[in-house]
Amino acid sequence: MAESLEERFEQWKARTLEPAIAKVPECADRTATVSGVPTDGLYLPEGHGNDAATEAYLVAQGFPGEFPFTRGVQPTMYRSRFWTMRQYAGFGDAEETNERYRFLLEQGQTGLSVAFDLPTQIGYDSDHALATGEVGKVGVAIDTLADMEILFDSIPLDKVSTSMTINSPAMVLLAMYIAVGEKQGVEASRLTGTIQNDMLKEYIARGTYIFPPGPSLRLTTNIFAYAAELMPRFNTISVSGYHIREAGSTAAQEVGFTLADGIAYIDAALSAGLDVDRFAPRMSFFFGAMTDLLEEVAKFRAARRLWARIVKERFDAKDPRSWMLRFHTQTCGATLTAQQVDNNVVRVAIQALAAVLGGTQSLHTNSRDEALGLPTEEAVQLALRTQQVIAHESGVAHTVDPLAGSYCIEKLTDQVETEAAAYIEKIDEMGGMVRAIEQHYPQNEIEQSSYRYQQQIERDQRIIVGVNRYATEVDVQPEILTVSEAATRRQIDRLSEVRGRRDSSEVTHTLTTLEEAARSDANLMPLIVDAVRAYASVGEICDALRRVFGEYEEHTM
Amino acid sequence: MRKLDQAGQQDLTSCTVDAHPPKRILIGKVGLDGHDRGAKFLIRALRDAGYEVIYTGIRRTPEQIVQTAIDEDVDVIGLSLLSGAHNQLFARVAELLKEEGVEDVVLLAGGTIPEKDVPYLEALGFRHVFTPGAPVSEILSALQQELSSRE
Repeated sequence: MAESLEERFEQWKARTLEPAIAKVPECADRTATVSGVPTDGLYLPEGHGNDAATEAYLVAQGFPGEFPFTRGVQPTMYRSRFWTMRQYAGFGDAEETNERYRFLLEQGQTGLSVAFDLPTQIGYDSDHALATGEVGKVGVAIDTLADMEILFDSIPLDKVSTSMTINSPAMVLLAMYIAVGEKQGVEASRLTGTIQNDMLKEYIARGTYIFPPGPSLRLTTNIFAYAAELMPRFNTISVSGYHIREAGSTAAQEVGFTLADGIAYIDAALSAGLDVDRFAPRMSFFFGAMTDLLEEVAKFRAARRLWARIVKERFDAKDPRSWMLRFHTQTCGATLTAQQVDNNVVRVAIQALAAVLGGTQSLHTNSRDEALGLPTEEAVQLALRTQQVIAHESGVAHTVDPLAGSYCIEKLTDQVETEAAAYIEKIDEMGGMVRAIEQHYPQNEIEQSSYRYQQQIERDQRIIVGVNRYATEVDVQPEILTVSEAATRRQIDRLSEVRGRRDSSEVTHTLTTLEEAARSDANLMPLIVDAVRAYASVGEICDALRRVFGEYEEHTM
Repeated sequence: MRKLDQAGQQDLTSCTVDAHPPKRILIGKVGLDGHDRGAKFLIRALRDAGYEVIYTGIRRTPEQIVQTAIDEDVDVIGLSLLSGAHNQLFARVAELLKEEGVEDVVLLAGGTIPEKDVPYLEALGFRHVFTPGAPVSEILSALQQELSSRE
């Protein structure tokens, strides 16, 4: 006779829960409802304890902190520690952004998330012709290490974790982060954070590519290999579904395409000779949260289960940390409306709740004014407060995966997983994600979904409150933040000042060495660290690589 | 769009065959941002409405946009941008069109553009500026009006 669920529960407690609690104890204020009724950290199915039902439960869901992680990646989830509250921020130059970061940390934010401007993301210096009008607009402008030093001034990198949304030049910004750490006396091995470093979704949905897919994947795996040696606490990639969703995909497409990207990265790293259990534990993910709360909760659970199965069964990984899908969530910006902006506060609260009920590891909540422009400080504060209210007042943090066992949630979880798995199978048949992208498969699928969704709004088959129903005659527009032209000028002045005072022979030497190495199969990361230490700029480093790798060109319809 | 040649003569080659050929629209993503969800939706909606649409793809320079507009002999140029660089980049497109002597093309703008920038863009010659939430029906009717007033 097989063991009962109660027996398995006791074993899990001894094996997984108790060691975790010994490390990070549960918080006493998260063990009862507001009325004083005790709440358990974990609830399990009751009343149908036959062997088959127990086995089915264990296969589909199991226990939190254990394969297949449907119920969460940690055994206590938020009962011990809330998710990291991490607001994506950056605008103007490094000084202005440093001020915003210090404000956010004072307000109780627990991690940083750097938004870089588009020239930085595409590897152009601020004085490049193509940077005209774009410097400091959607994020902070970073040209050289000098800017990065200002960006993290008075922010201790051994205490704060930092996520950086940077892809094509990911190596350059990671190298700068390492160099700033050195100047603060923090070794690379103690740095914590995440680098997005997900090029495939740039071709699918986001657009800040520089190089063709082949060299891009090499840069990605170079980072995997480098960090496996020297930065064991850093997430080397954030495989991103967010931008796929924002481009208009369905929930299942978001999961399917993102995990297919993840598979492509594992394949690339294995081909480069890396061992799966050396790098897979440092892979992380990033999803969007829409307002459709139940489907979103199911989506996060399905993604965890599907990824765990893929890494364990397809790639034969042995380390349980390799199987875990840890993820960041951002509330979906495309759901924000310019009409009746206060409605966005409500949307964001529901989306954030979906992310928390779905077991996110970190969360960015959008500000109510982001359909109009960059958020003001006041709007960002309210967005952060939204997370804090969910964390401290809603009670949902008291219990792991509290919606598990709901007929609806379990059914939706199965459906998202099945549909996402079918997309992965289709992409496998096409020869993998790079081939699928070349054939425009994910792009076309997303475009179909996006068109369908928008048509529903246009035809009033889908109601967006304040837009196609309950609209008001006069809409009061709030104050919005504008990036001053002075910041652009300051940035360009600082760049030319740095160019004037750095050792130019050292710059030339490091760039030449890098370019030569790019023609071989050497790991480029140490050479890029040398170049940024010599104050070579993002544009100069990317140009050296462009000369070897060439540039990617999008096909248009 | 009919480009004036050096002597100021109208190039009539584009309106010889059919009295009512479909109007040609260029949708351009100028600047560095990759947010093309709106542009792509609009392209399909315009095609469904019977227009011929040429899409530049993302990350085009003002020079590339204007060159494509001339090569494709379009009646309308619609520019889309999210990053906030519209004042500089849309102005540059308008300026280049003038330099090239392209005068009868309808200019439209769309994207995350604050209300306070709309008068400036209108003064540059943009006939309509569509901001977030603008329904496609509004864009189609504005377009029809613009084109019929130029018949």
